[in-house]
Amino acid sequence: MATNEHGSSDVVPVTPSSGAVVGTGVVPADAFENPGLPPHRPRVTDLDPKKKKRAARFIVAMFWLSVLGSVSAIFAYMFYPIEDGSISSVRLNTLFVGLSIALSLLAIGIAAVHWGKAVMADKEGVDERHPVRGTAATRSRAVEIFKEADEESGFSRRTLIRGGLIASLVAFPLPAIALFRGLAPMDVDPNTELKHTMWKKGLRLTQDPTGTPIKAADVTIGSAFQVIPEGLVDLPEHEKLDAKAKAAVLLVRLKPEDLHWTSKERESWSYDGIVAYSKICTHVGCPVALYEQQTHHLLCPCHQSQFDIANECKVIFGPAARPLPQLPITVDSEGYLVATSDFTQPVGPSFWERSTTCASHPHHRKRVSSHLHRTTWMSAPAFQAPSRSSVARSSPTTGRSSSVR
Amino acid sequence: MNRQNRKTGRRSPVASVALLLVGLLATGGAYAAFTASTASASVDLSSPEVINQGQKLFAANCATCHGQQAQGTQNGPSLIGVGAASVDFQVGTGRMPMQASGPQAPSKPVQFEDAQIKALAAYVASLAPGPAIPSESQISGGDVAAGGELFRINCAMCHNVAGAGGALTEGKYAPVLKGVAPVHVYEAMLTGPQNMPAFNDLNLTPEDKQNIIAYLQYNEQNPSAGGLELGSLGPVSEGLFLWIFGLGGIVALTVWITAKSN
Repeated sequence: MATNEHGSSDVVPVTPSSGAVVGTGVVPADAFENPGLPPHRPRVTDLDPKKKKRAARFIVAMFWLSVLGSVSAIFAYMFYPIEDGSISSVRLNTLFVGLSIALSLLAIGIAAVHWGKAVMADKEGVDERHPVRGTAATRSRAVEIFKEADEESGFSRRTLIRGGLIASLVAFPLPAIALFRGLAPMDVDPNTELKHTMWKKGLRLTQDPTGTPIKAADVTIGSAFQVIPEGLVDLPEHEKLDAKAKAAVLLVRLKPEDLHWTSKERESWSYDGIVAYSKICTHVGCPVALYEQQTHHLLCPCHQSQFDIANECKVIFGPAARPLPQLPITVDSEGYLVATSDFTQPVGPSFWERSTTCASHPHHRKRVSSHLHRTTWMSAPAFQAPSRSSVARSSPTTGRSSSVR
Repeated sequence: MNRQNRKTGRRSPVASVALLLVGLLATGGAYAAFTASTASASVDLSSPEVINQGQKLFAANCATCHGQQAQGTQNGPSLIGVGAASVDFQVGTGRMPMQASGPQAPSKPVQFEDAQIKALAAYVASLAPGPAIPSESQISGGDVAAGGELFRINCAMCHNVAGAGGALTEGKYAPVLKGVAPVHVYEAMLTGPQNMPAFNDLNLTPEDKQNIIAYLQYNEQNPSAGGLELGSLGPVSEGLFLWIFGLGGIVALTVWITAKSN
């Protein structure tokens, strides 16, 4: 074994035969002898000087190739033609800039690695690690220092000071945790948001994306209409998507004798074979609009839940746990399809408070899309704060509620 | 080899091969020339001769499954009222005559000439009123951006955002839209073939259909601005490409860096 290079006097290497521990390893009594390094295998570049010259030339060539790559990247960016009005002509310009930069970087790497492997000296050397454990004197001195420090600072003795320090350090990160509440929408109660959609009595079913109302006579057997509620196209941008994510509906028509209902009430939610179901999958919330005309099945593309429209959209395959909610519809005096009420259950995936009824809350009835609606925030069960005297700030909803995904 | 004995001209060993080639080319070329179908001669779908020809073709090729009067049998639905558009689509894309009855009718090599397809369409259209074959002006022009929005809302869930096709339940699929003629796209939207929903003219107006066709044509004719599409399957194919070639390359480079120089 090689000698210790560090040379400091308080660290002494111990051989296995003395019985003491070297470093932190345990040396068993029947340990085999260190076989040492494998025999030195000379490289081709050491044996044949011509090969070494060739390797050197290759390295030089690689470095200059890298320079070429960098220059060509600049050239490609500045001079490769992009036609006005043709967005696809950008692709080749971008491609050559990227390829050139990649070449320039890769060539540096290849040249450097090949230099180190094939041309630089390949003498093997061993660096010994010095033992980690200190001498007995060092260790006892360390313990003494700890004791002195404790005495001089009075850390163990002064319990009040110590208690105060611990209390302040524990309390310090707590505001950060509380402030996380601010990441959720501040002026809305997520429960209310998830349990109700834009649909209400008398709202017409309109086409996505134009918002034109749909007549019952337009819906022929075998057609599929993508439906949004009347008035959604007029909402401001940041509310439109949130509302659409809950209110999107699929409208199809089957022969009335092909539809099977569990109750007369459910049958009354359809109109002459026209049925409207929520598009939001009850599994994780993808839009379920893959309608198979002949089998009258709906497929959700995300996790392949299948729903049978003829049987109240019950789940016939896949991970969804509940059938799609049905929107009760009828026809108004002019023949346009209208909703008779909101969905009778929350749309989309399950959430904790889903089954608790919210009909008793009075302010849910006249829920308007107002940013200054503070009271629902305060009554949210997730966060019961003492009464705040600060002025309600008008803050936009910070994106879709995470459950409706 | 004895150079003096090499035969030339008609006695050369290559001569028989050359003669065979000439014969094949001549007869093949003549056959192709005489049976070349007339290019898009418009067929009058209301003419009695055409309807008669259509009926004969129908009886020979379609009646086994669809019934002698197209009233339908256990193997095929009634065609009364499906209109010329349905026939032009189904027969024009090769889907009909179907190889085996089932929920999915894959497109295959077209079995009839265009004139024969129009005759079949004329016959079926004569049985009852139904959707008509769109005119040239209905399938050309159109707003690509509006078509893209409509495509994403109504079609992309089954056919993929770029029209690359998609899976449906139990082995069915929505086919790739690349390479489909605009007239067939229009007819498919209008008539709702097999399990595709039918988009009547009140759901997607003729202008809407025109826009969707313009979007699909734009996609087909212009390369993707983002580079290689890899089948337009998005993260699936791109991820596969990166995992195999990208990561494979990185692993190979790593092995090379750490290997001893020989």
